[in-house]
Amino acid sequence: MAEHGIGARVPRVEDQRFITGKGRYTDDINQAGQTYAVFVRSPHAHARIRGVDKSSVASMPGVLAVLDGDDVKADGLGNLICGWLVKSKDGSPMKMGPHPLLAQGKVRYVGDRVAVVVAETYAQAKDAAEALVVDYEELPAVVDLAGAHGAAALVHDEVADNLIFDWELGDKAAVDAAFAAAHHVTRMELVNNRLIPNAMEPRAAIGVYDSGTDAFTCYLTSQNPHVHRLVMAAFIGVAPEHKLRVVGPDVGGGFGSKIFIYGEECVVCWASRKIGGRPVKWTAERSESFLSDAHGRDHISTAELALDKDGNFLAMRVNTKANLGAYMSTFSSCVPTYLYATLLAGQYRTPAIYCDVQAYYTNTAPVDAYRGAGRPEASFLIETLVDQAAMELGIDPADIRRRNFIPRDAFPYQTPVALIYDTGDYQATLEEALKLADYAGFPARRAEAQRRGKLRGIGLSCYIEACGIAPSAVVGSLGAGVGLWESAKVRFSHTGKVQVLTGTHSHGQGHETTFAQLIADKLGVPFGDIEVIHGDTEKTPVGMGTYGSRSLAVGGEAIMKACDKIIAKGKKIAAHLLEAAEGDIEFKDGKFTVAGTDKSKALGEVVFAAYVPHNYPPDLEPGMEEGAFFDPPNFTFPAGTYVCEVEVEPATGEVDIVRFTAVDDFGNVINPMIVEGQVHGGLVQGIGQALLEGARYDDSGQLLTGSYMDYCMPRADNVPSFAVVTSAGTACTSNSMGVKGCGEAGAIGAPGAVINAITNAIGRRVEMPATPEKVWRAIHSNVAVAAE
Amino acid sequence: MYDFAYHKPASLADAVKLLADHEDAKLMAGGQTYIPTLKQRLARPSDVIDLGAIAELRGITEEAGGVTIGAMTRHGEVAESAVVRRVIPALAALAELIGDPQVRNLGTLGGSISNNDPAADYPGALLGLGATVRTSKRQIPADQFFTGMFETALERDEIVKAVHFPRPEKAAYAKFPNPASRYSMVGVFVAKTGGGVRVAVTGAGQSGAYRWTAAEQALAGNWSPAAIDGLTVDPSGLNSDIHASADYRAHLVKVMAKRALAAAG
Repeated sequence: MAEHGIGARVPRVEDQRFITGKGRYTDDINQAGQTYAVFVRSPHAHARIRGVDKSSVASMPGVLAVLDGDDVKADGLGNLICGWLVKSKDGSPMKMGPHPLLAQGKVRYVGDRVAVVVAETYAQAKDAAEALVVDYEELPAVVDLAGAHGAAALVHDEVADNLIFDWELGDKAAVDAAFAAAHHVTRMELVNNRLIPNAMEPRAAIGVYDSGTDAFTCYLTSQNPHVHRLVMAAFIGVAPEHKLRVVGPDVGGGFGSKIFIYGEECVVCWASRKIGGRPVKWTAERSESFLSDAHGRDHISTAELALDKDGNFLAMRVNTKANLGAYMSTFSSCVPTYLYATLLAGQYRTPAIYCDVQAYYTNTAPVDAYRGAGRPEASFLIETLVDQAAMELGIDPADIRRRNFIPRDAFPYQTPVALIYDTGDYQATLEEALKLADYAGFPARRAEAQRRGKLRGIGLSCYIEACGIAPSAVVGSLGAGVGLWESAKVRFSHTGKVQVLTGTHSHGQGHETTFAQLIADKLGVPFGDIEVIHGDTEKTPVGMGTYGSRSLAVGGEAIMKACDKIIAKGKKIAAHLLEAAEGDIEFKDGKFTVAGTDKSKALGEVVFAAYVPHNYPPDLEPGMEEGAFFDPPNFTFPAGTYVCEVEVEPATGEVDIVRFTAVDDFGNVINPMIVEGQVHGGLVQGIGQALLEGARYDDSGQLLTGSYMDYCMPRADNVPSFAVVTSAGTACTSNSMGVKGCGEAGAIGAPGAVINAITNAIGRRVEMPATPEKVWRAIHSNVAVAAE
Repeated sequence: MYDFAYHKPASLADAVKLLADHEDAKLMAGGQTYIPTLKQRLARPSDVIDLGAIAELRGITEEAGGVTIGAMTRHGEVAESAVVRRVIPALAALAELIGDPQVRNLGTLGGSISNNDPAADYPGALLGLGATVRTSKRQIPADQFFTGMFETALERDEIVKAVHFPRPEKAAYAKFPNPASRYSMVGVFVAKTGGGVRVAVTGAGQSGAYRWTAAEQALAGNWSPAAIDGLTVDPSGLNSDIHASADYRAHLVKVMAKRALAAAG
C-alpha cells in the first residue's frame, strides 16, 4: 500500500485549518457594507396572525427593511417545497399545506418565521425584531402523534385529520396469512424519540445582490449547494439559476439538517435586493437552531413478528405513525417511507413483510432526514423485536439471528420490501463481533458485576442500511423529484498539479483527504499535488451534494470515471510521443509504458504535452481536464454487528456503557482512520439517542428542550472507548472501488444494541431515551426479573 | 445583549459605591450565569459592575481551624487548593464537580451563592458545613443566607466578601448531576461537626438548598448510612421536571445521602 494510497491511514489535511481556527465558515465571511438580518419568530405553536405593525419599528435606529409574509406574496416568491411525492394506499398524492418563506395568515410552530428585520448592526436588528408588534390570535395546537388524528386543531386547513399520507409497502395478504398460521407472534409497541441535530456550526446565510450583473451570491451552510440553487431558482424564484451562485464554504457539521432548503437563505437574498444590494447576513443563535432546524425521527410503531416453532421468522407486520411537524421539509416524505420500510428486512430472510405508515402534521418544528434518516428507525425496530422474540422463545439472541440471516451464498438477494442487497456476510460480522466482545465470557462478567451490586446486560444489534440512494430512474419512479447521480471533474495544470472538483460537498467528513487518496492511488500523482474543491456552484460541476453516506460511493466513483478518461486521453498522447500504437500503451504507477518495453512517459510529461502541444496527436484536443457523471445501478448496503455491554445501578437507574464493540462491513475502505472516526461519531449519536437525547414539547407546543440545559447531548464521559473493526468484508458491486457508506452506520446500529443491553440487564424494555428515572422505574416495577 | 455601562472597580469600597449610585446596576462575579443571561436578553441592567479586579475578594486562607475563601475565588482554585484539600477535602471535591473546566476557571464562590440557583452545588456546602458569609456589611450564617429560589438575605447594596467554613470532623458530598446541564439534580452534603450533624440537600428543593433535619436527627446518635434506612423523603416541595419527577428526586435524596455518608466514613 502506498503511503497515501487506498487503505492508508492518511491524517486529514483539512484538520490543520479546522483545529487552528483557520476554517472559513459562512459566519466568518464579512463584506463591505454588510447588514444583519434577524428573524421574528412565532412564540405560539398555533395562531392566526391578525396583523404585523411594521411601522412600529421601521423608524428605529439602523433599520433598513422590515419584511413579512405579505411582502413575500407581493413580490411573487414561491413556497418551499417537498421534493419527494409519496402516494397514499388509495393512489392519491400526499396532502400538503403551503410552506411560505415567511408566515402568511397563520403560524404553525414555535419558531415559525413571521418577519425579518434588516439593520445596519446586529444589535439594531435584534432591537427592532424584539420591538416588532405582531397581533396573534392563539389557536388550539396539536403537539404530538397521539393527538394528531381527529384533533380539533388542523395544522393546515386543507389537510383533514392532519393526515399527510397513509402509505404502505409489502404484500399484506401474504403477511396476514403467515401470521394466521404462525406458531408464535411477538408484538411490541415502540417509540423512536425525536432528536434535534445540533450541528456544531449553526445555520447561517449571506445574500448578496449585484445590481451590475443582476445576479445573486448566497453564502450558506449547505450540504448541497447545487440543490439549493435549483430550488431557490426554480421554485422560490429568487433568481434564474444562472443568476444565482450558491457557495457552501467550510460547513461545521450538518447530519442532514443542512440538506434542506429553508426560508432564511431565500429571504436574505431577496432582502439584499430590496435594500439595494448590500450583503444581508443571518446567523442562527443556538436557541434558533433548537427551534427551527429540521428535527429527526419521531415515530410511534406497532411491530409484530411471526415465527415458527424453531424460531424462524415467517413474516413481519409494522404500523408506524410519523410526526412530520408543521410543514413538509425538503425530503421529509421519503424518510418514514422509502428510507424506512424498505429496510425492514434487516439482515434476515423474513419471507413476507408489510408496513403501513401514517404521516401527520403537528404544531412542532418540521421533521426531516437526520443521520440515518429512516434507517435508524427501521434497524431499531427490527433489532429490538428480534430480541423480544428470542426472549419469549428462550433462544439466545445470537442464535435467533444466525438462524435467520440471509446466507452468504444468497446474494444478490431480493427482499420482500423492494431492495436488492448486492453483497453481505452477516454471520461473519456477527461471529467477529461476538469474539471481539467476548460474548462467551459474558455470564462470568455478569456474575462478577452482581457481586458488586450492579445489573450487567449485553445487547446485540445487527443493522443494515442502504446508502447512496439510487439509481435515478428507480427513485424517480417512487416519487423523487431529482436524480441521485454525482459529478466530478479532474483538472491538471501545466505543472502536473491536480484540481478535483466534486459535486458532493463536505460537512466535516474529510473528503479533501479521501478523494485525494483516490486520485493519488489511481493516477500515481503525489498526494500533496492534489487539491479537492467543493461547495461552490460557480466552480464545481452540477452535483447533488452530501447525505445518505453517498459521497464516496457515488461522488468518488464519478472521480474514478473522470480519471479513466484522463488515462484514456493520456494513452493517446503517450502513444504519439512514444511512437507506438495506442493499444500497446499501459498505464501504471503514474507512467505510460509501451507494453513489453522500457519505453515510457510519466503522466507529468504527458500532461505537459497536452498543454504545450508542440508535438501532439493532430486530431486530439489539447488540455487535460475530464469530467464524469455517475448514476449508480443500486444502493450500497453496509451492515454490521454492534455489541453493547452495560452496567445498571439498581439504586438509581444509571446506565454505564462498559464495553462497546462495532464490527462493520463497509466493503473496501479508503482511509481506515477516517472511517473509524465516522463510526465513533455515529456511535456517540446513536448512544445519545438511546440514553440521553429527546426533544420535548409541552402541551401548548413550547419546546422544553430548547437549550443544552435541558437537551442532553452526549459527552465524552457518556461513552466508553470503542472497539471498532472495519473489516474489508464484502466488496460492493455497484462501484469500481467496492466501497459502501460509513457515515451513518453508528447512529443506525447503536440504539438497538444499547436498549437490548439494558433490557438484558433489567428484564424489561425501556423506551428511548433510557433516562435514569425510566430505568429505575422499570427495575422497581419488575424486581423479580431484575434480581435474577 | 442590551446596552449597559460597564464598570470594573479596583476596590470593594468603589464597588459598593457604584452599586449604591446606580439603581439598576448588577454585580458580575465570574459571569458564568450572568453573561448567558445577558446574551439572551433576559436581563437589562443599566450598569454592570465587574468584580474581577478587586484583589481583596480573592484568595484562600486557613483561619480558626477552618478555611476562609474570598468571594471571587474561582471554583478551580478551591478544587486545587492544598489548604482546602487538607482542611475540608469534601469542599475541594465539591468544587471539582461544578460545571466543566472552563466554568471552574471563571465561576466564583461568591457569584454562585449570591445567585442561589436551586441546582447549584455550593449552597449545599455552606448549609452542610454551617459556614458564615462575610459581606461588605455584616456576617450572615448560612442557615439565614439562603432565603428561597434565587433569593438571599443580601441587601441591594451588599456584596459578599468571603465565606468562612469551619472544619468538620467528617464530611462528604454526593451529587447526582442533571444529565443535560450537569447542575445538581440532587446533591447531598453531610457533615459531622462540633455543633452536630448537618445534612444539606441541593438541587431537589423548589426553594433551593435545605437541611434534611430528619436525617440529621437519625444520624446524631449513629453516624452511618444504615441510620437513615428507615427514613422516607416527602416529595412535596421537591422539583419535578422533564429530567426527574419529584418522586424520583425524593428517592435520590436518600440514595445520595447514603453515598455521601459512606464516602465520609
